[in-house]
This record gives sequence, C-alpha cells and structure tokens, in this order.
Amino acid sequence: MTEHVDRSEPDLDGAPTSAAVTPADAADAARLVAFGLQPKLQPARDQEYAELLRRHREDPAFARLADAVAAGLGLVVLEVSPRAGMAVTAAEDSVFAVRMGDYARRAATDSGDRFLHGLAHLAVAALAFPRPEDLADDAYIGRVTVNGVDAFVRQACRRLEERAEEQGENTDPATDAPGLEAAWRIWARRSATGATKDARRPAASTTGIVAKALAFLTDSGFLQRTGDESGGTYRTTARYQLQVRDLAGAAAMAELLDLGIVPVTDGTPSLLPAEDSDDLELVADAGLPFHAPTQP
Amino acid sequence: MTSPASTDSVPPQLSAGPRPAPGPAADEGLARRLRALACTAPLHDLDARKANLAGEYSVYGMAEIALAGIDLVTLNMDFDTGADHDQIVARLIPRVAAQAPGRPAAEHERVARWVLENLINVGSVDRGFRAVYGTFGPDGAYVRRDYDFKLIEEVPGPGGSVYLRTTDEAVNVLVGALDTDVTSAQIAAEVKLEVLINRGRLADAQLAAEQARYRTVQYSETLRRALEATRRNVRAVDWLNTVPDMIAEALDHVADRYRHENAILTNIRRARDETEEPEHKRRAAELVDIVKDCIRRHTQLQSRLLEAGPLFRAEQDRQAFATPLTSSGTDLYGHLLAPTLPLPLEQARRVTDAFFARGTGLRTPVSVRVADLVDLLLTPPLEREHLGAEMPEPDLIATPDDSRFSEEQLAAAMDLLDLPADAPRRLSGLLAEARRTGDSDLAYLVALLAVHAASPPVGTAYRQGEQKLLFAVDDGTELDDPEFGGADLVVGTALLDAAGMAADRTEAA
Repeated sequence: MTEHVDRSEPDLDGAPTSAAVTPADAADAARLVAFGLQPKLQPARDQEYAELLRRHREDPAFARLADAVAAGLGLVVLEVSPRAGMAVTAAEDSVFAVRMGDYARRAATDSGDRFLHGLAHLAVAALAFPRPEDLADDAYIGRVTVNGVDAFVRQACRRLEERAEEQGENTDPATDAPGLEAAWRIWARRSATGATKDARRPAASTTGIVAKALAFLTDSGFLQRTGDESGGTYRTTARYQLQVRDLAGAAAMAELLDLGIVPVTDGTPSLLPAEDSDDLELVADAGLPFHAPTQP
Repeated sequence: MTSPASTDSVPPQLSAGPRPAPGPAADEGLARRLRALACTAPLHDLDARKANLAGEYSVYGMAEIALAGIDLVTLNMDFDTGADHDQIVARLIPRVAAQAPGRPAAEHERVARWVLENLINVGSVDRGFRAVYGTFGPDGAYVRRDYDFKLIEEVPGPGGSVYLRTTDEAVNVLVGALDTDVTSAQIAAEVKLEVLINRGRLADAQLAAEQARYRTVQYSETLRRALEATRRNVRAVDWLNTVPDMIAEALDHVADRYRHENAILTNIRRARDETEEPEHKRRAAELVDIVKDCIRRHTQLQSRLLEAGPLFRAEQDRQAFATPLTSSGTDLYGHLLAPTLPLPLEQARRVTDAFFARGTGLRTPVSVRVADLVDLLLTPPLEREHLGAEMPEPDLIATPDDSRFSEEQLAAAMDLLDLPADAPRRLSGLLAEARRTGDSDLAYLVALLAVHAASPPVGTAYRQGEQKLLFAVDDGTELDDPEFGGADLVVGTALLDAAGMAADRTEAA
C-alpha cells in the first residue's frame, strides 16, 4: 500500500534534530491517514486520532511523513487540525475518487441527468455558503434543506426565463440538438417531486436528486443531518467548507474560465430575491433556515 | 426570400405570391400561439385516448373533467402547500358521476384518477408534456423546437407529502389570464364582489371571491421572497426604504382587507340566512367559506409581517456586524452557479462535472475476497416473517393486596350505612355501632365514607341512573369522639327519581 511513500517526499530541509524514520513512525503516519479516510470519525471522539493529530502538529518530521503517505495514496491533504481532523480528499484519478457513473446509473448515459446531479452538488454548496464571507469564515456553519435547494435553483431558473422572455428570445431548443439547450431549462422542466406507490420521492425528480446529493455528502462527512423538515435538513462540517473553498470551487471556476466566461461581480450581493411576479411556484417550507433568529 | 440584401432586384410587391416564411418577427407571434395551442393538446388527447381504456368510457367527457380538475387545483392551492391529490379526486367524482350516473362508483373514481394522472403525465421522467413546432430563425433557416410544459405539477409538502399545483401555462391558457397588478386587482375584485352581493348575483360573486383569494396568495408570496433573501444576505434586500415601505403597505393592506372581508362576510351571511331559494343558500354558504379562507390567509400574512422586523435585526447582527475577514471566499452563486445556468448543456456540464469530481469527497474502494464472496453467495436469504417476531409471554407478578380495608369490612360498613330514606342518623351513633362489632378499623371506614358523603357524587349517580344516594350534612353539632374530630354529620339516604332522570337523559341526547 505504501510503496510510493518516498516518491513525493523531498529531503527534510536540513533539520538536524530529526532522527531517521523508523517503521513505527511510518505505521503511525499511515494510521493517521487511515483515520483521515474515515471522514465521519471525529477527532474529539477518538483519543488515538487526537494524539496522532497532536503529533502531526508538533513534530514536523512526522507531519511530512504523514503528508507523504497521503500523497503516495493519491490523496490531497486539505487541512490537519483538531476541528477537521486529517482532512484528506481524493486527487483526480485516484482510486478514492468518486465517479459519476458509480454515483448515479442514469447519469452515465444521459447527459441531462449527469448535469442535474452535478448542478445539485453545486447548488447545495452555493446555498450552504451564500456569501463569500461565509465560505471564508472558518466558524461559519451553513444549513440547507432538500426543498430549499430545489426552490432556490428553480428561482434562479425562473429569473433566466423571465430575462429571456423580456429579450424576446425563444429558448425552446432545436429538436435535433439537445446539447444546445440552455442548462437552466433542464432543471426547470424536470418535476420537483411526484406521488409514488411506496410514498418515496421519485429518484429522477429534482428533490430526489438533491436528496441523493445531500445523503451522499453526509456519507462523505461533509454534512450532518439535523432533521426531517423540508424534505431533510442538514448542516455543514468544517471538511465541506475546506473541500468547497480549496478544491471544488476553484476547479469549477477554472473550467468556466476555460469556456471563456469571466464572471465579474463588484462585491454587491448576487443572490437577490426574485422580482415580483405573479407566478405561484411555491414549494412548501422553502423558507431556508440558515440561521434561527435566536442564534448569536 | 427574406434576405434583406435584395434591395435592387424585383420590387417587393411583385414577389408577393405565396410567402410561407414571413420572417422571425411574425413567427414570434405564431410561436406564442402554437405554444398556447399545445397546452390544450393534452385535454383533447384525453378524449381521443379514452377509447383505448379497457371498458366503455365514451360516455365521459374527459376534457370537461380535466378542466374542472385544473380549476379545482388552482382554487385549492394554499399559501404553504398545494392542493391535496385525494381531495381533488374526491371533489371531481360528483362531476364524473353526473356524466354517467348508472355506472359503479369505483369506475367513477378510476376515471377521475386517470384524468388527474394524465394531467400530471405520470408516465414520463419529467412528468410533463412536450410539443414540437417549427419557426424560421433570423437567418431564414427553419428550426424545429421542443416546447416543454406542465399543466399540473407535484410539489413537496411538509412531512414528505406531495401536493398539486397548476402551472402558469395551465392558469394562463386554461383558467384565464390573471397577470395584472396584485394590489389594484385585489381591490377591484373586492369592489366587484360587494356590488354583486348587493344585487344578489351570487354566481358571479363566487367567481369574484375566488379571484380575490388568488390575489391574496400572490400578495403573501411577494413578501415571503423578500424575507427569504434577507436570511441569505441582508444586503441583497433594501431594508432602508423598499422593504419597510412594503411591510407598512402590506400591514395597511391586511387591516383594510380584514375590515372589508368581515363586512362582506356579514352581508353574505345575511343573504344565506334570508334567502328562500336553496340554490342561493348553497352558493352563499360556499361564499362564506371562501371569504373565511381569505380572512385566514390575511391573518397568516399579518403574523409573517410581524416576524419580519426581528428577523431583519437578527440577520443584521449576524451578517453585518461580524468582524470583516481579510481573505474573501468565492461567491459560489455569483461566480459559479449564475454564469453556468444560461450556458448550453454541453458546456454547463463541464463546469458541474468539475465541481462534482472535486466536491464530493472520497470513497474507500471495496475490495472483494473470493472467500467472502462464496460465503455471501451461499448464505440463504433471510426469510421475512409475515407476522413479525413472536411476542414473548408476558411475565406477570401478582401484586400483594395492600388495601387498608378488607372486602368484608367494606360490606359491613355499607350495611351500617344502608339507612332508610326517612331516618337519617348522626355520625356519632354510627361510630358507636361500628365499635360494638369489635373491629376498630370499621369505625375508621365508616367515618371516611361519611365524610365522603358530605360531597355526594350527584353527577355520577345521575348519569348511572342510581336509585339512591348517601349524603351527609353538617348542622353545626360538634362530634365528641375519642378518635375523630370535626362535625357530627347527619348521614342519610336520598331517594332519586331514576325514571325521571332517564327520561331527561334521552331528551338531552
């Protein structure tokens, strides 16, 4: 497993005090990485984990060794701290990476479904950290609900539809070129939910897709489920903030820039309420409880 | 043919002839009408397809049921939720039944459900409809386009339930255009309502009342959006002028409407009670329900309005007065989500794929050992018990009898207290008699029963139809007794009129 340990490990920067690495040190370093691979494990709950984290902080040689083990396994270390633990995530093409095809079967073949699943994850992050300050603030805890995410994306789609109507555009896609359909239309025309025989959400509905994303992120240790209201309520963990801030946001942004789109904002809030309109697209309990008013 | 460059060729009036492609400007109107037409297609389709149903269903006017269903959903949409699926079916059934009175009720329900499910289009992934139409683009090329629309959509309700809502397409095309200014339309609807009621035209009044209710819902929705945005970002909403103005306006609106609707309610109630004609009576009763519902919605709106101020201040504290951070994060919505949505699907997918690949975390791959696999495959499937696990036999422990008095003592005491109705006795005498039996506890029990009789259970005796009742009255004489103190009660038996009471009871019931 650790055969590539030494690959990305540069020589120690001349620290004379560090002794030679013993097999026991390597085992400890690998153990720390193994803890990091269990994202739901909390350092505060496991004494050995906490002890290894402390050693990582205080012993630079051990820290470098643990980072090297992670790198060799194809992991990216986001942060090592008592709050987030050994926050590691899969590098691209690593065996630990999540593939869309494994995530949702339909997404492998249907490009519309593939987009919907990806958009659900992006929307969850955007709602969990609505302001740039929230993403930057380590102490911030975001709250999202299944119905809230769906309502929020629909509202954004709605605004695009209105804008297209104002400009007299015909957004109906050409029949033989589905790939040219505007992305927002895919979400807007998918049903939000539906009655089924066994009283479960249809998996292909948008709330079904959002619920799947939230459940998956919970398994990744990124969210914690707090209740069943509004289709399921969740709050974010430190790891999710790190993941979105340091990796996902940047990767998606790079892709967007690659497409020649340079989003420019002047620091004014971008998440505006919808204009007054006569539509009645309300979703129950879509009021998004990021913060109860009683919270400090 | 429509090329603008051809200026010096043939004069335009000579090239008139048949012109199938008059250009994009005229096509836009055509496209709009084509889309409007497409919205009615599912209704026609119902009547065309009823022949395919197993059974003889041609007596039913499916399009009529469908339009009635859309009306029902539109009017039953709630501020928080939508219309309930089963309720809509239940309300549709009378109309279905009227179309074919001879058929069984199960068939009526089946037809109602079939129509509703087809309006939702349950079979498709999107649960919607698609119509294909063609237009000429600006460059003169003919393009076939897909128009996707829904008539009734399903939205999640509280507690995981599913509610129905009519879409804008359905409302605009099938219910009638309603897109006018909320406030003025509300006032107009109410004035109309009042006039109609005064003239006794209840059918029209009901229509106006239903429209007024629709306006009320829209008004609340405007407010809900502003509050929701405030929770996300205080600065996104203008709390200096716009929102306080809107709240003040909305509070005025609520006060005004509340007064107005109460006046209307009084009027209709009078109309309901005075009118002789059963049809008018029924309509007036329905109107009362609608206006009551309007008042309920206004109250709901008002309570939300009152929450707005505290919510703003709390969010202001949280968002604006926190120490500003030096490093700024990405504006996920403004920088990522908003620019991605208008992109064509092929490009947008690249962005969401990138986010997905880096934003989902890691999964530890599962490695399979052949030995485990064999075990797994050979394990017989767990049989599920139809009746569940066996109930364990409850282990009962006999509780020791720790009563203060025994059954015999009670019988003896009751015997002592079984006094003739015309000869009440003093408690002191009863106690002396009880002590003569040699049982000291018996005197205690008699004293207790006598004190209890000071507040006789008249109600219970009345309900159970007792023949007589033990009572005790304090006439001021003090009890002289070595064990007990207090008043020397006069204990007696009152005879009750059991037959009379029974007659009373049946009358009351």
